[in-house]
Amino acid sequence: MSGELRSAAESCGPLVLEAVALQRDYRLGHGRRAPVLSAVRNVSFGLYRRGVVALVGESGSGKSTVARLLAGQEQLTSGAVRLDGMEVRLRHRKTFRTYKHDVQMVFQDPFASLNSVHTVRYHLERPIRIQRGTKGRAAIEEEATRLLSEVELTPPEQFLTKYPHELSGGQRQRVAIARAIAARPRVLLADEPISMLDVSIRLDILRLLDGLREHLELAMLYITHDIASARYVADETLVMYAGEIVERGPSEDVTQQPAHPYTQLLVASAPDPDALGGSLRMGSRVVAGQTGSALSTVVGCRFSPRCPFADEQCRREVPPPVRIGEQRVAACWHLELAAPHVVRDGAGADSSPVSTEFNKNLG
Amino acid sequence: MSRAGGDQVAALETPLATVPQSSVPPAPRPAAVRPVLDIRGLSISYRTRDGDVRAVSGVDLALMPGEIVGLAGESGSGKSTLAYGSCRLLRPPAVITAGAVNYRGRRVGPEGVSVLEQSPAQLRALRWREIAIVFQSAMNALNPVLRIEDQLFDVIDAHLSVSRDEKLERASSLLDLVGIARNRLKSYPHELSGGMRQRVMIAMALAVDPEVVIMDEPTTALDVVVQREILSQIVELKERLGFSVLFITHDLSLLLEVANRIAIMYAGQLVELGTSVRVHRYPAHPYTRGLLNSFPSLHGPRRELAGIPGSPPDLRNLPPGCSFVPRCGFATDACRNIDMRLAPVEGELDPDHLSACPFVLPDSQSASTIPDGAK
Repeated sequence: MSGELRSAAESCGPLVLEAVALQRDYRLGHGRRAPVLSAVRNVSFGLYRRGVVALVGESGSGKSTVARLLAGQEQLTSGAVRLDGMEVRLRHRKTFRTYKHDVQMVFQDPFASLNSVHTVRYHLERPIRIQRGTKGRAAIEEEATRLLSEVELTPPEQFLTKYPHELSGGQRQRVAIARAIAARPRVLLADEPISMLDVSIRLDILRLLDGLREHLELAMLYITHDIASARYVADETLVMYAGEIVERGPSEDVTQQPAHPYTQLLVASAPDPDALGGSLRMGSRVVAGQTGSALSTVVGCRFSPRCPFADEQCRREVPPPVRIGEQRVAACWHLELAAPHVVRDGAGADSSPVSTEFNKNLG
Repeated sequence: MSRAGGDQVAALETPLATVPQSSVPPAPRPAAVRPVLDIRGLSISYRTRDGDVRAVSGVDLALMPGEIVGLAGESGSGKSTLAYGSCRLLRPPAVITAGAVNYRGRRVGPEGVSVLEQSPAQLRALRWREIAIVFQSAMNALNPVLRIEDQLFDVIDAHLSVSRDEKLERASSLLDLVGIARNRLKSYPHELSGGMRQRVMIAMALAVDPEVVIMDEPTTALDVVVQREILSQIVELKERLGFSVLFITHDLSLLLEVANRIAIMYAGQLVELGTSVRVHRYPAHPYTRGLLNSFPSLHGPRRELAGIPGSPPDLRNLPPGCSFVPRCGFATDACRNIDMRLAPVEGELDPDHLSACPFVLPDSQSASTIPDGAK
C-alpha cells in the first residue's frame, strides 16, 4: 500500500488526459470579504485510452464543473490539464481549438444541446468542416451519413434533413453523440448522458457509448448521479461531495463495499427493487440533511453535518485521503468505524453489505 | 399553477355518453372494499389532422383506499394522459371517447360520483378537494412571483372557508408535515432547493385533505438521496393520512419499492397488473420483463442487461393484435390476431395478477435473478 495510487482504469490503455489538482473558485459578491465557493477543490485523476472513469455525486457536488473545466468551458483557478503529458493552456484560442480535436463533450439535456432551428445535417457538418477540415460537399455528406449510422440512426439519409423537434429524446442524444465523435476525439466527456432519457432507452445509449469507446478507442469520463450505472459502465469510480473527491477506486469495490460514509449513503439511497419497499416502509429514514456546502468558510470535513460518525475532529480538520488498497482511497477520519471490513481487508475480499450497517448506525 | 384545480386548468367540457352500469364488468375484488377511484374502459384520443392518436384505449384500473398504485411505462405510453383524463384535466384536442370514471370518497356518499358526467362547477369542487395532483417538475409548477404562503392560501381559499389565522395554521402545519421549516412560508420558490419545491408541491396537494393523490413523476428531476427522502415521506404520509396514490413514473425500479400494486402501460393499454411482489418476481408480459431487465442494479450480483430493442409504436397506426409484437422476442403469428385484454396469468397463485399476453407465462428464472433467500 505504498507509492503512487494506481487508477483502476490504468490497465485499459495509456494515459491520455490528466486532471492535476483542479480548482475552481467562485467569489460570491464583491469585495475582499465576499465568501468564496470552491466548486471544485483539488481534484486529480487520469483518463486512459479505452477506459471509463465515472464521477458520481449529487446535484451541486461539482461534477459538471469538472467536466466543464476539462472541456475548457470554464477557467481554472489553479491546477492543470495535461493532454499526453503536456500541459494545455486552454485560454489560448489556438491551443483551445486544437484541444477540441481531441476532447469532446456530450451534454445532459439533448433537448437543449441541439439548436432547434438547424437540421441534423448542420449539427454534424460543422465539426466535420471545422475540426477535421474536410472539404467538398460530397465528402462532408458522406462523413455525416457514416456518423449517423455509427450512432445507429438508420436510415441515415432520412435523419440528415430532420430538425431536433422531429426526434425523440433518445434520437437527439444519438445526434449529440454523433456530433461529439465527428471531430474524431480521443477523449469523450459525457455529462449525465442518460439522466434525461427514459429508463428503457438509457440502456441503448449506454451500450452505444460503450461500443464507441471500444471501437474508437476513446478515453471516457462518465458523469452521473446514478451510482448503479457507474457500476456497469466504469472501470474506476470517483465519488464527489461538495467539490472534493471523497472516495475513489475500482467501480465494483466502491459500489459493493463503499468505505466513505457519503458513498454508503449514495448506495443506500439507490432504488433496490429486491427490497420491495422494506427500507421505505420500516420507517428507516435514510438521512435528513441538505446538500453539502462548498463554501470556503466551512471548516473540517464537508460531509460532517450529515455524517452519523462525525465528531469534534471531523468538524475541525479536513480529513486527508487514506489509502485503503492499491487502487482505493477514501477521505474520512473514521474509516475504521464507517467501513471496518474494508480497512481491515485492504482491497477487501469480505462481501458483507455495508449499506445495512449504515442504516443501523442511523437508526 | 397556484390556483390548483382553478380556471387555469381547463376542463374537458364535452359531455359524455353514459356507460350503463350493467355493461361494466364486475370488479375483481370482493365488494367489501370498494375502490376509491374506479376507471373502467377509459379511452382517450388526441384529434389531429393526420387522424386520431389513441393515447389511451380501454383501460380498467381501480385504486383502493389507502393504496399506492404505480403506473409505469415509457414516454408516450399514455400514462399521464390516463391520469389527467380520469380527472378531466385534458383540453381539446384530447377527447375521452369511451369509458367511465367513478369516484367514491368518504365525503361523497356510498354510490360515488361519475367524474365524466360532472358539470364544470361540480368538477371544481371535486378537484383538489377529492383528487389532487402533484405535477411533474415542481420547478415549473409553482408560481415564481408568489410566496409559498400565498400559493398555499390560494388552495385553501378555493375549497374551504376558514379565517386567516386558521389558514396560516393550516399552511404552517402542512410545511411541518413535509419537513420544511415554518419560516419558509415567506419564501419564494427560487429560494428553495429542488427537493424542497417538490415537498411544497406535495404539501399543496395535501392542503385540503384529498382522498386520492395523483403523483406524476414526482421525483424525476431529483437526485437519488433526495428522491429517497421524498419517497419515504410519501409512504409515511400515506400511512398517517390514509389517502390513496396513483404514482406515475417511467422508472420501474422505484415503483417496486413504493407501490402496492403496479400497472404497466404500453402504447395506451395496460399490459400487466399485479402486486409489486408478483410483478417483480414473476413478470408475465414480455414488455415488463424488458423493463425489469433494463435498469442496472446496484445490489446483488451483476447481471446481463438486456433492455428492450426498438422504439415505441406510432399510436396513430397501431399494428393489429398485440402492439408490442415488433419489439417482442417471443412474438409469433398468433400474436397479430389476439385481443389485447388483461386476463389472469395462467398458473399464477395470485388471481389478481393480470397480463395481456396469453402466450408467455411467468418464468421465475428468465427475468429476475433474485436469490431464493430474498423476501
